[in-house]
Amino acid sequence: MKDRVTVGMLLFVASEAVFFLMLVLAYVNFHKQTGETAASVLDPIKTGVFTVALLSSSFTMWLAEKAREKESNSVAMWLGATIILGGIFIVGQGLEYAHLVMDKITISRDLFGSTFFTLTGFHGLHVLIGLVLLLLLLGLSVFGRKHEPTNIGMQSIAIYWHFVDAVWIVVFSTVYLWRYV
Amino acid sequence: MTDAARPHQTFNWLADIPEYHGLWSWVSSIDHKQIGIMYILSALGFFLAGLTLALIMRIQLMVPMNHFVSQDAYNQIFTMHGTTMVFLVGMPLLFGFAVYLTPLMIGARDMAFPRLNAMGFWIFFFGALLLYFSFVGGGAPAAGWFSYAPLTEKGFLSNPGIDYWALSLLVMGIGSVATGINLITTVLTLRAPGMSLQRVPLFVWMILTTGILVALSLPALNAAIVMILFDRLLNTHFFSPAHGGSAILWQNYFWFFGHPEVYILILPGFGVVTEVIPVFSRKTLYGASFMAASTVAIGFLSFGVWMHHMFTTGLGFWTLYIFALSSLLIAVPTGVKVWTWLATMWGGSLRFTTAMLFATAFIIQFTIGGLSGVIQAVIPLDWQLTDSYFIVAHIHYVLLGGMLFAMISGIYYWYPKVTGRMLSERIGKWHFWLMVLGFNGTFLVMHLLGAFGMPRRVWTYPYGMPMVSAMNFFSTLSAFVLAFSIGLFFWNMAYSFIKGKIAGDNPWDAWTLEWACSSPPPPENFDRLPPVRSRRPLWDLTHPPEDSGRKPGGQL
Repeated sequence: MKDRVTVGMLLFVASEAVFFLMLVLAYVNFHKQTGETAASVLDPIKTGVFTVALLSSSFTMWLAEKAREKESNSVAMWLGATIILGGIFIVGQGLEYAHLVMDKITISRDLFGSTFFTLTGFHGLHVLIGLVLLLLLLGLSVFGRKHEPTNIGMQSIAIYWHFVDAVWIVVFSTVYLWRYV
Repeated sequence: MTDAARPHQTFNWLADIPEYHGLWSWVSSIDHKQIGIMYILSALGFFLAGLTLALIMRIQLMVPMNHFVSQDAYNQIFTMHGTTMVFLVGMPLLFGFAVYLTPLMIGARDMAFPRLNAMGFWIFFFGALLLYFSFVGGGAPAAGWFSYAPLTEKGFLSNPGIDYWALSLLVMGIGSVATGINLITTVLTLRAPGMSLQRVPLFVWMILTTGILVALSLPALNAAIVMILFDRLLNTHFFSPAHGGSAILWQNYFWFFGHPEVYILILPGFGVVTEVIPVFSRKTLYGASFMAASTVAIGFLSFGVWMHHMFTTGLGFWTLYIFALSSLLIAVPTGVKVWTWLATMWGGSLRFTTAMLFATAFIIQFTIGGLSGVIQAVIPLDWQLTDSYFIVAHIHYVLLGGMLFAMISGIYYWYPKVTGRMLSERIGKWHFWLMVLGFNGTFLVMHLLGAFGMPRRVWTYPYGMPMVSAMNFFSTLSAFVLAFSIGLFFWNMAYSFIKGKIAGDNPWDAWTLEWACSSPPPPENFDRLPPVRSRRPLWDLTHPPEDSGRKPGGQL
């Protein structure tokens, strides 16, 4: 059997998947009432650009993992790149929220606001938590001892980060791309 | 390990172990045994609270047109009773058994994540206190233990009771997911050499399945609770039909969690009974691999039956029939279990200790509860009986006559291991017979009350309904017998802790690994593990291989 930290993280990710499934189902359940609003107020192109940033961060995370396995000293560089790309995504989400709120679209306005902000908000929260974890890894790789961050630590946080990305693919497809179906 | 140089010292009383002295050693503990004990003690404490609430309800219903408590208080009391018994008694009781026994049974030093284990307990404990704080913090929740929308919306219940309910369940839900993950990881990664998954005790199989159900169903409740909190605190509209929201959505979410939850509660009970019955029948478990496989089947099916809680919400024809069928189907693996327990007892040299008595009563009562469940999978009967006292009888036969009897059997069985002292068999037998009498007296008549049309959660009933007041009176009297028997049980646990006979390592001649260490187990669990070559390592120790042909015990 694999290492317990990895097993624990995989199980955690599985339980988180159920949590997000419920939030996505809530969005889908009300799509009939909210689809029009979604199509008129959301900008898939702009958010698409930030989506690309988040997805590339999965790639840089993978490179960081590989670098750690090979004991190469580019770990910090790839971790830093991952953090910057994740940060770009969060800033993008912040700008989008600010724009929507300025247009008086809030969480309590209607069902679109309720489902949209709850779903994307929880995803954003998970990205933020991921960024904190990545900053810890970065700190360890710069200031830590020789074996830090450990391979297992890198791997388990990478599992989480890839999961957060995968969730975004589902969320982005459901919320932003449904209008094209 | 505290001091490697110290020769291994054994104790025969929990209170003698120096590592466990003082409050601080418990509060700061990451020892799975201490955490398990704290889980069980808090569960028993909350059980007294839930029992008191139940007695208040029974007094209110004793005679027609009673005014013992007000309508509003009654709503709060049945909500708190249900929530307490499911989330503050059932869950911590099973987690207590699970975290105490799982590492010992698989020959591990501790859980996979000891600190996460401690976090799981403390987050449960304070979440539970938060729920009870609602009584002084503006009113307890009053929408029933499943808190149906739109009653839970602010427009209908404006006091903070539902907020407390939701916050407390969210906090406890996060702790439960953590403990579930911890249990699965422990079973998967920390088994002793030689202990393949085919050789772990059946209790551990049940805990593994429970852990999976916890990790995959509690997040659904957490998500739904987040939405209800947002509805109340941020004015979102998920479950508010007035703004286009959907009340049925809440029901779907709740029961998608709620039905696996029933199996989360009962599977560890199955596990306890599956350990107790072979030991007191002096036989190996009949059809052990069927027992394990039926557990997994139940776990799998339990995610596909939730809509049978919603047969009266106007579902379509196919939805009705598919869920009726899946609900009937889940009775099959459950029946397999009842069969294997009976077949294990058949022809064995039965020793009716108190633990065995409770296990036997469990089989009978759980079967009654299971059958009344099957009745409700039949749609026309469900339409007739839903939301009546028949349902109250059903859930209590499953969870009280089933789960709690099994867990009490487990307490009689493992108390010697945990404390080093035997529980009194004399008080135990009194406790058993009074509890059987009280339990069946209280709840058997409720089947009839429900069939006669008495709705559940009703505050009172008029004069002159034939038999209704007589049966309610009888039920209330029996409830006091039940409460008295619980009093004996608590007295037994307290008295035997001081005065009980010294247990010794293996008082029941059992075969699983937890009986290989001293009673109580030392903080480091095992000095040296016996080799594991079968499901019954301790049997193998005293019965060398050439001897094992006499009973079909040694081999798999």
